[in-house]
Amino acid sequence: MLKYTFRRIISGTLVLGIVSAIVFAIFYILPSDPARLACGKSCTPDLVARIQVALELDQPLPIQYGRFIKGIFVGRTYLGNTDASRECGAPCLGYSYQTDLPVTELLLDRLPATLSIAVGASILWLLIGLSSGIISALRRGTWIDRTSQGFALAAASLQIYFVGLILQFIFVDKLAWLPMPGYTSPFDYPMDWAKQMVLPWVTLAFLLSAIYSRLTRSGMIETMGEDFVRTARAKGLSSRDINLKHVLRAAMTPIVTVFGLDLGSLLGGAVITEYVFNIPGLGKLSTEAVTNLDLPVVTGTVLFAAFFIITANIVVDLLYSVLDPKVRLT
Amino acid sequence: MSAFLEVKNLSVAFPTEDGVVQAVDSLSFSVEKGKTLGIVGESGSGKSVTSLAILGLQKGSRAKVSGQIWVDGNEIVAASESEVRKLRGKAMSMIFQDALAALHPYYTVGHQIAEAYLVHNDVSKKAAMARAVEMLDRVGIPEPHKRVNDFPHQFSGGMRQRAMIAMALSCNPSLLIADEPTTALDVTVQAQILELLRDLQKEFGTAIILITHDLGVVAETADDILLMYAGKQIEYGTVRDVLQVPQHPYAWGLLTSIPRLTGDPNLALTAIQGAPPSLISVPSGCAFHPRCTYVDNVGAACSTLIPELIPVSEGKHHSVRCHMSAKVREQLFTSQVAPHL
Repeated sequence: MLKYTFRRIISGTLVLGIVSAIVFAIFYILPSDPARLACGKSCTPDLVARIQVALELDQPLPIQYGRFIKGIFVGRTYLGNTDASRECGAPCLGYSYQTDLPVTELLLDRLPATLSIAVGASILWLLIGLSSGIISALRRGTWIDRTSQGFALAAASLQIYFVGLILQFIFVDKLAWLPMPGYTSPFDYPMDWAKQMVLPWVTLAFLLSAIYSRLTRSGMIETMGEDFVRTARAKGLSSRDINLKHVLRAAMTPIVTVFGLDLGSLLGGAVITEYVFNIPGLGKLSTEAVTNLDLPVVTGTVLFAAFFIITANIVVDLLYSVLDPKVRLT
Repeated sequence: MSAFLEVKNLSVAFPTEDGVVQAVDSLSFSVEKGKTLGIVGESGSGKSVTSLAILGLQKGSRAKVSGQIWVDGNEIVAASESEVRKLRGKAMSMIFQDALAALHPYYTVGHQIAEAYLVHNDVSKKAAMARAVEMLDRVGIPEPHKRVNDFPHQFSGGMRQRAMIAMALSCNPSLLIADEPTTALDVTVQAQILELLRDLQKEFGTAIILITHDLGVVAETADDILLMYAGKQIEYGTVRDVLQVPQHPYAWGLLTSIPRLTGDPNLALTAIQGAPPSLISVPSGCAFHPRCTYVDNVGAACSTLIPELIPVSEGKHHSVRCHMSAKVREQLFTSQVAPHL
């Protein structure tokens, strides 16, 4: 298990390296000059040349990449374009062309908002998705099942920007039950934080709980036909014990897998949700960076998202061996 | 006095899109405590459906069950799920065919045995686990205190079947239904399992229903035989009667098709012509008539009338469903069948 984990971490790191190389290469294929972008409005050809040296853009691509990687692990020193050189401590992802702030700092700054959305929404969608899926499976074919699955199909077909804006229109603009969504620190103002987060949570959960509901329902119905469920009945277990301990337990494994991956990709930034509700999370940061061609920030957000997805993958695989005793990690 | 298990006129039908499947049709038999009934038949002849009906496991499904099943004075067919649930595992329990599929893959063997014990006994989890170890020991699993924490996939096929038996016997049931308990096992393990069942029966006086398509197994272990074809019982009697003087042409076919160690090795094996019928379109009259070599002895009745289950002779516990008269059957058996046995 330990050996397996170690190996997965090594290979995960390798994947991150490949991702970073690809992103890095794409930059320089783009027909834009980073030095020109970093230069700002009052720019002279002389200044562009100086910035090119400061950003080390005059160096060959492999050397630039090597220094970028070195920056992540041990930090690096940038020559200032005007004044003294700047020390960028590890993990250094460079400086934003737009704001001149360290990318690492920007990312960590935006993480709490994304974390709030992801964790809150995932709890909500698990609660709604699992319970409605279980009820549907147990009451298969009844009006409860048909209603909830019809609802799930409709919900899964709707888009976040549509649902989000409608909800915002109703609950913020018309009824004024909720404040405008946004982000305040839950440690300073927990109530404000919760109120502002309700709409993003509900919107995301609306879409995802539909998927989990269908997944739970089909998983349970499939398991109900298994021989071991018949054995459980033959033992004289109550239907409650059969459904919860035997059926749900077996149907759980694929749900955990999907959940891990969903949460992982959401932690990299709930792009549309953050954009719709104007929440300063990682997703919003990355869209802003792409619009402004703020290349260091784009690299940073991509790497950060890749990191979460890879970590989620490793965690899911480790969990799998706990959930399914037949899986042996080697 | 009535028997421990008494089945009267049991029928089980499944409505499907293609029509009604009459899986079991007017079945009647009984089993006393300490005795073994072997139910023999081809795949799809209704053996497993019968056993599931006795446990009341078709409740809540689309199956239509009619008739009466009396287990220790309790009627099963009309009873509610919760009433039957109290009997399951305790008064009657079942060993399923494919132990790997029948055991939950995510729980340890010990947990699953303890669970069966806990449902019907008001004891602590620890005591139930101790019971699981005891049962595993009883069915011959080496180092039971260690193996109790294994998962089903860590057991061999024979051990899994033993674990199933341990689970089924954990509450000392008075009736045990074993649905092809040895089908997937090799011959030596098969013999061990049957031996184990016999020992346990001697010890606890359990009534056993052994469902199988292996006549050899029945001959060795059963007291009575019930022969099924297309959902109906076509011959029923003691092992001695049915195997020594079988009455139904189907039983003749089965017995003559068994290869002998003493016969001519160059002789081709005899087979029953044709294939078992689909339960959706069961042949009219006697369901066996399209495959029966002796139809000519009767005439039209075979394809038009369903033969009654009648005693072979006055007052004997040996009955058969065949249009041929007892005299004709006896003649045919002595002249055409017996020489091949």
